[in-house]
Amino acid sequence: MPINYIYPEYEIIRDKNKCIKCKVCVRQCSNEAHTYDEELDCLYEHNERCVNCHRCVALCPTRALKIVKTDHTFRENYNFTGELINEIYRQAESGGVLLSSMGNPKPFPVYWDKLLINASQVTNPSIDPLREPMETKVFLGKKVSKVEFDENGEVITKGYPNLELSMPILFSAMSYGSISKNAHEALARAAQELGIYYNTGEGGLHKDFYKYGKNTIVQVASGRFGVHKGYLEAGAAIEIKMGQGAKPGIGGHLPGEKIGEDISATRMIPQGTDAISPAPHHDIYSIEDLRQLVYSLKEATNYEKPVIVKIAAVHNVAAIASGIARSGADIIAIDGFRGGTGAAPTRIRDNVGIPIELALAAVDQRLREEGIRNEVSIVIAGSIRNSADIVKAVALGADAVYIGTAALLAIGCHLCRDCQSGKCNWGIATQREDLVKRLNPDIAYKRLVNLLTAWNHEIMEMMGGMGINSIEALRGNRLMLRGVGLNEKELEIFGIKHAGE
Amino acid sequence: MIKREGEIRIPSGCAICGFINKSGKKVSGDVIVKSISYMHDRSNGLGGGFAGYGIYPEYKDLYAFHIFFEDLNARVETERFLEKYFDIVNLSRIPVKKVKSITDSPLIWRYFVEPISTKLAASQLDEKEYVVQKVLKINSDIKGAYVFSSGKNMGVFKAVGFPEDIGEFYRLEEYEGYMWTAHGRYPTNTPGWWGGAHPFALLDHTIVHNGEISSYDANRRFVEMFGYVCTLLTDTEVITYIFDYLTRRQNLSYTDVANIIAAPFWEHIERMEPNQREKFKFFRNTFSSLLITGPFSILVGFEGGLMALNDRLKLRSMVAAEKDDTLYVASEECAIRAICPDVDKIWSPKGGEPIIATLYEKEGASICR
Repeated sequence: MPINYIYPEYEIIRDKNKCIKCKVCVRQCSNEAHTYDEELDCLYEHNERCVNCHRCVALCPTRALKIVKTDHTFRENYNFTGELINEIYRQAESGGVLLSSMGNPKPFPVYWDKLLINASQVTNPSIDPLREPMETKVFLGKKVSKVEFDENGEVITKGYPNLELSMPILFSAMSYGSISKNAHEALARAAQELGIYYNTGEGGLHKDFYKYGKNTIVQVASGRFGVHKGYLEAGAAIEIKMGQGAKPGIGGHLPGEKIGEDISATRMIPQGTDAISPAPHHDIYSIEDLRQLVYSLKEATNYEKPVIVKIAAVHNVAAIASGIARSGADIIAIDGFRGGTGAAPTRIRDNVGIPIELALAAVDQRLREEGIRNEVSIVIAGSIRNSADIVKAVALGADAVYIGTAALLAIGCHLCRDCQSGKCNWGIATQREDLVKRLNPDIAYKRLVNLLTAWNHEIMEMMGGMGINSIEALRGNRLMLRGVGLNEKELEIFGIKHAGE
Repeated sequence: MIKREGEIRIPSGCAICGFINKSGKKVSGDVIVKSISYMHDRSNGLGGGFAGYGIYPEYKDLYAFHIFFEDLNARVETERFLEKYFDIVNLSRIPVKKVKSITDSPLIWRYFVEPISTKLAASQLDEKEYVVQKVLKINSDIKGAYVFSSGKNMGVFKAVGFPEDIGEFYRLEEYEGYMWTAHGRYPTNTPGWWGGAHPFALLDHTIVHNGEISSYDANRRFVEMFGYVCTLLTDTEVITYIFDYLTRRQNLSYTDVANIIAAPFWEHIERMEPNQREKFKFFRNTFSSLLITGPFSILVGFEGGLMALNDRLKLRSMVAAEKDDTLYVASEECAIRAICPDVDKIWSPKGGEPIIATLYEKEGASICR
């Protein structure tokens, strides 16, 4: 029954006049979308295998290739779109859960694009970052609430362990397993050079990367893969992963075929076995259990490292964050529903959770109302796309942001969203040796450094325009934002006025 | 309808000046009026005011509340509230003189009060916190009433108009103080009522400020965590609360406060001695939300002392001078020369560098710690 034939979404267009039959495309495509027939001396395109990752397009020496969206169509239907129809065919065929990768691509509102930033005119001066100091240094962690002095007036209070960042940006958690070793190396080296942090994700820390420990956040997730004393001690901070924006309420699954020798050793599980992270932590069924894990980790590391608790942005996020702030956590990381993933059930990725912009505004406001905003720092994730998003996030109340997708884009990801296949042609979301070696960490780390250096310059320019010369004076400074095209309720949640008001 | 100050945020330019006689010698209020009048063009007639210290020696142990009432009802309700929590030792209208340019005057009353001791004990608060809470309560909850001065042996006098007319209106020549500050305002919008004029005061702290701080909402949202309610949406209000929080609740010295709100740049901190570096780093991290950015020059009056401070880039003019026992500070040199033509020393303080002067009798005694 040929119902299961699905016409390819994208078509490879080869300009035969330009093509010199060098066969780079054949060699480069791990999906085998290009083949060569020697007898006929002819190149063929297999559109059904193409994931539109642009590897062949980028490497074709004569620019003979392009990928276009097919004009093949079902009868137009606003309700049952072609995508939905095909998904039903696929599930009717397989009986399985649909899987997707990277962040939610659906046309939900992107609130960042409905927030506008202020600038100084006449009544106060803007500040030129080329001529005056412009500070983006950030500390993450709990703050002292009462300062004590000795009889000579010297401060005797010791602060809590904090992370010090040169700019309000961190690389978010992406495990060794979900991404390649070379990708990890690029992130670690970039974090070290920039004076920021990268995050191991739940896959443990490869033995070669302990040397980047000062710039590493080590994650403890529900599967506890790769967690041991040395691991906890290696990092600058420990993150308890309670949830992920792309798949709130869901665990993780790294298939056995990706568990080779190296990953097996790093995760501390046998080669070839599936690495399954349970949906909940089985020692955390409530908020008081979280407190016990937070303090267990602090005990294990002598109270020298801040503990981050990462949650997905869900409906009741403000109350949950407030509970976490009272549970000993030093930093709360909130991941919005557009956050990326190496693989998640499609329906969950596209329908569960809330936008990070609203979650951030609600959490920051709630913690202030409760008078506990100083107990924790807030780091947000879940689709920070550029420096303006960061400025808006800080003005809403974030201390810093995690970037994941943007960092991968910087090192070559083309957002084809096929990570779950493990055949990433750019050497990022794959463990196949021939593909991994395509990603040169020497070049990749430099590109990450470039991207964040550029963003930091842009942040400084925007701050200077507002007459602000230190990032802490921007944090929670919502008067610097106006909404455009937002309704009363949205403005109320953001705590901002509409443009023109 | 035009919105009143408090419903919108109004940027302002300003003139400020002030002086303190460190030996405690009293000076009549007309001197400060003369000084600020020389900076007439820095105001636009939409607000001004004065703060005098040492002006109520006969009631020096009582809190002097200066209150604006929009109508009789507000006064009745406020007095009922005051009687519940305070012993009112004296009350009267504040004497004023009709001045052509000063119109729309509210009722202006003065109360000398002390907390009822049993109520104070029952509240489990220290006395100052008790008074602060009651003042903030009146200002946020009683419609048409506004306490604009609440310290001991000091008082604020302010109105909508040019400062020299306001001085005449309040008959400042009849008061004598060891310290005076003054403010002339150049708001972009009409403030709509007298409460929006400056100085802004809480207990014995008064602040006159020239500038427009860009960190306003970050500062506001932080101090509001500690029970302060910013009803006016002005820089001066939030700066006053920051001073109250840091000196009274955190017990920090005025120098430390300056090092927090106009903190040195990181590149400067990195070059300090290790001890100093740790301290400054600790302060900047702990009180990061109280860093004030954007232009400001402020004069902070407190019991027995005066502090002048510029923002760390010095984006507003401010000049200081000394003559014998008196320290003068003003937005422009002319305001100092007007009342003290031959100063011993005159200079322009650096950005972020506080100038603090206290009465000799207070010296050695630690201020706020």
